[in-house]
Amino acid sequence: MTEAYIYDAVRTPRGKGRKDGSLHEVTSARLSAGVMNALKERNGLEGHAVEDVIWGNVTQVGEQGGCLARTAVLASDLDQSIPGLSINRFCASGMEAVNLAANQIRGGAGQAYIAGGVEMMGRVAMGSDGAAIAVDPSIAMDTYFVPQGISADIIATEYGFTRDQADQLAVESQKRAVAAWKDNRFDKSIVAVKDQNGLTILDRDEYIRPGTDMQALGALNPAFQMMGEQMPGFDKVALMKYPHLEKINHIHHAGNSSGIVDGAAGLLIGSKEYGEAMGIKPRAVIKHTAKIGTDPTIMLTGPVPVTEKILADSGMNISDIDLFEVNEAFASVVLRFMQRFNVDPSVVNVNGGSIAMGHPLGATGAIIIGTLLDELERTGKGTGLATLCIASGMGAATIIERI
Amino acid sequence: MTDFTLKIDSDGVGVITWDTVGKSMNVMSRDSMALLNDLFDQALNDDAVKGIVITSGKDSFAGGMDLNVLAAIREEYKDDPAKGLFEFTMNGHHALRKIERAGMDPKTNKGGKPVAAALPGTALGIGLEVPLACHRIFAADNPKAKIGLPEIMVGIFPGAGGTTRLVRKMGAMAASPLLLEGKLNNPQGALKAGVIDEVVPADELLDAAKAWVLSEPKIVKPWDEKGYKMPGGAPYHPAGFMTFVGASAMVNGKTQGVYPAAKALLSAVYEGALVPFDTALKIEARYFTQVLMNPSSSAMIRSLFINKEALEKGANRPDVADQKVSQVGIIGAGMMGAGIALVSALAGIKVVLIDAKQEAADKGKDYTATYMDKGITRKKVTAEKKEAVLGLINATTDYAALKDCDLIVEAVFEDVGVKADVTAKVQAVTGPDCVFATNTSTLPITELAKAAKDAEKFIGIHFFSPVDKMMLVEIIKGVKTGDVAVAKALDFVRQIRKTPIVVNDERFFYANRCIIPYINEGIRMVKEGVEPALIENAAKLVGMPLGPLQLTDETSIDLGVKIAKATKAAMGDAYDDAQDEVLFWMFDEGRLGRKSNSGFYAYDEKGKRQGLWEGLSAKYPTADEQPDLIDVQHRLLFAQTLEAVRALEENVLEDIREGDVGAILGWGFAPWSGGPFSWLDIIGSPYAAERCDQLTEMFGERFKTPELLREMADKNQSFYGRFGVKAKAA
Repeated sequence: MTEAYIYDAVRTPRGKGRKDGSLHEVTSARLSAGVMNALKERNGLEGHAVEDVIWGNVTQVGEQGGCLARTAVLASDLDQSIPGLSINRFCASGMEAVNLAANQIRGGAGQAYIAGGVEMMGRVAMGSDGAAIAVDPSIAMDTYFVPQGISADIIATEYGFTRDQADQLAVESQKRAVAAWKDNRFDKSIVAVKDQNGLTILDRDEYIRPGTDMQALGALNPAFQMMGEQMPGFDKVALMKYPHLEKINHIHHAGNSSGIVDGAAGLLIGSKEYGEAMGIKPRAVIKHTAKIGTDPTIMLTGPVPVTEKILADSGMNISDIDLFEVNEAFASVVLRFMQRFNVDPSVVNVNGGSIAMGHPLGATGAIIIGTLLDELERTGKGTGLATLCIASGMGAATIIERI
Repeated sequence: MTDFTLKIDSDGVGVITWDTVGKSMNVMSRDSMALLNDLFDQALNDDAVKGIVITSGKDSFAGGMDLNVLAAIREEYKDDPAKGLFEFTMNGHHALRKIERAGMDPKTNKGGKPVAAALPGTALGIGLEVPLACHRIFAADNPKAKIGLPEIMVGIFPGAGGTTRLVRKMGAMAASPLLLEGKLNNPQGALKAGVIDEVVPADELLDAAKAWVLSEPKIVKPWDEKGYKMPGGAPYHPAGFMTFVGASAMVNGKTQGVYPAAKALLSAVYEGALVPFDTALKIEARYFTQVLMNPSSSAMIRSLFINKEALEKGANRPDVADQKVSQVGIIGAGMMGAGIALVSALAGIKVVLIDAKQEAADKGKDYTATYMDKGITRKKVTAEKKEAVLGLINATTDYAALKDCDLIVEAVFEDVGVKADVTAKVQAVTGPDCVFATNTSTLPITELAKAAKDAEKFIGIHFFSPVDKMMLVEIIKGVKTGDVAVAKALDFVRQIRKTPIVVNDERFFYANRCIIPYINEGIRMVKEGVEPALIENAAKLVGMPLGPLQLTDETSIDLGVKIAKATKAAMGDAYDDAQDEVLFWMFDEGRLGRKSNSGFYAYDEKGKRQGLWEGLSAKYPTADEQPDLIDVQHRLLFAQTLEAVRALEENVLEDIREGDVGAILGWGFAPWSGGPFSWLDIIGSPYAAERCDQLTEMFGERFKTPELLREMADKNQSFYGRFGVKAKAA
């Protein structure tokens, strides 16, 4: 079987997803095109250099609608003979783009792909594309729909995580992100966002809050308690699905949940022959990919079963993995992963995660694969696993091995 | 005589008058709907008619649909009842849509004849859905009139366009209390809510409506015009999105997943909001049909509407002369006595309220005063009314005052000796025709009757607490109780507007007999190590209003202990004491339930329930392996249901309708099911018997399939099929 290799991985810095965020002035297509142009430039992608651009994006309306992937290719310097495919698997869209590309290559459909994603959360509001699962009563009631924050709190209640544990994880995420930047650990992959005149708009992650401590986080009110206990009362719905619980313990807040940001990322994936023909060196091989569906109410436990699946499919053990990236959508998601697999926190999200730097939905899956690769190279370690929880109850994972 | 008539007045207004033959309130039947349709056609096609007013010949507009129609359609379309119900519903839509369009050009909305509804009083269900199809709704300023769509209360939802029209008229948020809770308004309230358009003095009603239809008004409905936007936003409008996300969660949490009507209603609203009006009506009809096809809705209609009314109207009343009570004597002015005095006086019955001490009697009367004061604060009662009601109650210690009473209700301490004394004291004064009733909840009627002069005139009338809120009254016949006493009790219950069931005299009669095993099963599970939260949530998820542990806290642990001791004494070795250890331990700990601010639950100093008491799992650790939800639910439901079946086997119950209605009104037995017998019919006797066998195997002999149920399972019979003859005759 043809193997799929990662030749390059780049990302933009993450801007605050608000009106005063640095990237708020940049369009989704332009931010995406910037990433594609960087990959083109760094790897000499002339003409029909890749089979397709697979682009993850969650909120596909407005400027992110109308097959943004193709729009961005046309807005970039890539050749028009390269098509574009927008895909949506919520928070794992960027990872799913990479996995799809890898599996296409393994299956012989093309030699190379650009895979990644974008989300301009400050420009296209999360949820503005609608969602029948949340509003269609027949579906919402049958699936016991609750918003993700409630799901994260169900995880905390079901698996016994306290507010302190969640806050500690958040403080650690901030510390690690600050340290990683200080140590220039993101240098290899960060592509500054520039304007049409070549002037820099943003070259660093701007969401990080250095100095965040337990005391600062302790002052924050639980974000999902009101909607859970009062209007409209999602906790009651949660307890219908989890009737052995007496009440939901609301531990999550803005400080221990992922940040709303703008950002994009892309990888160049190709076969061995492709690299040889292009004269570029592979950095890692994509060993395995997996995805799975789980209970949609607790929703965010996906990293556990999808990791069980990817390990079973590949005949590997958890101890074969040297480094983990587990997307910090909410603190309890990562706590549950570490609890289930009994992995040392020192090898999970070693350079911080979405709590500190933000979670641009469609891009994050691609970002964390790149971060994992950079860190494997920096530390000389061999195998890494990246995984994300996904809305509506799904999970996705990728195992890469450094060359 | 027909239910609708059309009269074309000289001013050019066609007045269609609804006046159901032989009924005090208009109800819609299939024939009358067809007639309305014909008369409307006639008026529409008559060039002399410039506008149309639909009104009523009675002092109310209409009470709703004749719900017996639904059963008739099911019967008629036996092979495909869904088809019959859907077509019936769509026919209704076509007729009402014709009224709404009133001959307007479908493209330009030009032309058409104005149609006004003129409501002299109450307009419920289809009695409001017809007006909603008209162009303007006038109501007489009659504060007692009730306007609304109460269908959800009997397990269905407004299916004659009321759902679709109200949401388009008011928006989903504003319409939700009216649709999802069946909230009724008086005319001013309905006007304020935006349900109706104008309130006028009663004597100007018809003139106002006529003047309006003759004023060449704009008649096209907003939703038939280009650019219509739903108030508050459709589901994928940002504001509407939040409304709909919240609505599903609220309905889910509130109904705990056991009431299909609310979910179907919401789905019809959501899906209807995404399409044009006529398509929305079709969607409404499909969901309405789905609800009608759900056995839960027919069971709820049967128990909560048809049979409840039949029992209230005396379905099981012996054929003796009117026994209306003119003066009632109530002995014992405690909580029960005071409550019985209140509901009697409210019904206009003279009351003699006796207690051993004058201050106790006065305190009992104060209960009524306080109740009326609350009404005054809420502007539901006038000061004059309060005085009139209080004037009916004579609070005294003097038994001689009972001389002219034709009914006595004794509500003194639960002790055979004390009650015997009271009976003798009372009967020394009262006449030979006076019926003596005891409000005991635990003592055998036949035993208490021994103290009476005439056991034929002695009966049990068991009220539930709080008397003014609980709608069920359990009438218990002792071995010798005669027909006149039964009729007396029934007529009294009818006067105070409650729902009676008549049962025979066995331990705990009917209601308490069934609720005790429910409580015991819950406590037993605590001992077994089942998560207390799972016990409580499982009960709610099967439609019980309170979990067994919370219910024990409400009724108090010491009462539980008392019942356990008395039952053990009476039953001897046959008594199953599995739950007593937990119960007695709680009692010894001084945790008596809500009244001591401590029980299975913890309470704050104000008495607000907090969470399950932590000490409970400390004493009875929860097991690592927890049972399946369905097993917990079935244990809780079958514990009650099998007791109801045994009550039927032992002839405590004579009529399964009483078993079902009594269960829902008496202790809140899963109303969605229509009651224990309806529930068994829904799941089917073969499955019920099989399930009992499994539960017996897993949990013990108390789940043993009763012989009657076994026999019915073998013959694949249903309870209403086998015992429903009486029900049909009513």
